[in-house]
Amino acid sequence: MSSPNPKGTAGSRHAIEVLDLHKSFGELEVLAGIDFHVNPAEVVCVVGPSGSGKSTLLRCINRLEESTSGQILIEGEDITDIDADVDGLRTRIGMVFQQFNLFPHMSVQKNLTVGQTGVLKRSKDEANKIATDMLARVGLSEKADEFPIRLSGGQQQRVAIARALCMKPEMMLFDEPTSALDPELIGEVLDVMRGLADEGMTMMVVTHEMAFAREVADRVVFMDGGVVVEEGPPSEVLDHPKTQRAQDFLRQVADR
Amino acid sequence: MNLTSRQKSKIYLITMYGLTALVALAVGFAADWDVIGRNFFNTEVMADMFPEVITIGARNTIIYTALSFALGLVLALVLALMRLSSIPPFRLFAISYIELFRGLPALITLIFVGFGIPIAFKWSIPGGTLGTGSIGLAIVAGAYMAETIRAGIEAVPKGQSEAARSLGMSQMRTMFTIVLPQAFRVIIPPLTNELVLLIKDTSLFFVLGSTPQTKELTKFARDFMTGSKNATPLTVAAIVYLIITLPLTFLVRRLERSAAKSR
Repeated sequence: MSSPNPKGTAGSRHAIEVLDLHKSFGELEVLAGIDFHVNPAEVVCVVGPSGSGKSTLLRCINRLEESTSGQILIEGEDITDIDADVDGLRTRIGMVFQQFNLFPHMSVQKNLTVGQTGVLKRSKDEANKIATDMLARVGLSEKADEFPIRLSGGQQQRVAIARALCMKPEMMLFDEPTSALDPELIGEVLDVMRGLADEGMTMMVVTHEMAFAREVADRVVFMDGGVVVEEGPPSEVLDHPKTQRAQDFLRQVADR
Repeated sequence: MNLTSRQKSKIYLITMYGLTALVALAVGFAADWDVIGRNFFNTEVMADMFPEVITIGARNTIIYTALSFALGLVLALVLALMRLSSIPPFRLFAISYIELFRGLPALITLIFVGFGIPIAFKWSIPGGTLGTGSIGLAIVAGAYMAETIRAGIEAVPKGQSEAARSLGMSQMRTMFTIVLPQAFRVIIPPLTNELVLLIKDTSLFFVLGSTPQTKELTKFARDFMTGSKNATPLTVAAIVYLIITLPLTFLVRRLERSAAKSR
């Protein structure tokens, strides 16, 4: 399937561009030829049934997962190249996990500075200042000295977003950021993400929150069985899906 | 006779207490307390042992243990990282090493380091008993502790290193700033146990020979026993060992309890 966007050639202005990506775990083919892109300042929500390969696609983009074949270009630069500077690449791509993955042996403030001082070699003062700003931005200034275990799930996820933002990434990947949260805590995380989208952050969000996708996404990508089945504006994909598979999935989600 | 289960357990308890008291009484009457007191708790012999039992015996035991533990810990860390490496020859080396030295008596390793190497290469490890013995014990302790450290590293959730890598940290930085600090929290109790084992294993240093100044606690007590023709030095050595090891085992228990609580 080719991208509907005519700009989709190598070296283009896409923030993220994925070309014919395959990924197998042993015999199991999880990604069966994905073509996908995210434009700068665009918010793309990836939806689909579990096991459809959404998270694997997202994890391939910062090479937490190694693809089997195909190309991934970040701002035109091929990162599947064996010589690619993976560590450098990852500082440019913020990632938020389903399980938050805050460092439990460090205070919130240290969680936010450890990457800045260790990887980006910022001074302690500068790192602390940026951490304070980002923590304020997610509304948790008063929690700087707490340890992650003392925070609610929603607060932990907001800290995790702030931690990623401290690296001043060019784009953000969200891997089911609200799936591990109690229902009443989902809103505060989505609010932070909505704010980011409004500021023009490039975002790829794997999610089951259809309401959020409908409201915030510029484009929705529906995946199933390791391929992109349908993509387009939320009003098309979510409200008037063309394919049977998308219709079935969305009906099931709506029933819940 | 129909007894309730509570009555049954009451009768069982009374029987057990009774039997225990009987055995204690029998031992108390049968034992020759005079002989025992003169040979194991002889205050004159005890007095003769001080202060050297502390300033030489206990002191050397602690120094030997500390150095063996420090060297063993560094070795164990390297082995654990090799064991978990993605490079097959490293893994093979670490596995072979660990299985080899866990499978041998520590005494064999000590004799090998102390005598085998000098015979073969006309060169001995510098530092006398301290150097030779500590390296010998560290070789053995490293093998045991490597497995402990490996288990600790594997107990840290994979998401932790993924989060660190996604911030751009290298594999090394991830290991040392994110994974190992969390792993060590889990393995401090088993490592302390290893330390207690090492304290006792320094008694094997006798095989390397010693000068009056390099005797550790057991060798010191044994020689004193020969000199005084009395077994009291063994009792004293045993008590000194316990004074060193018991606080450590209590510490382990407390650490384990607090670790269980924080989880």
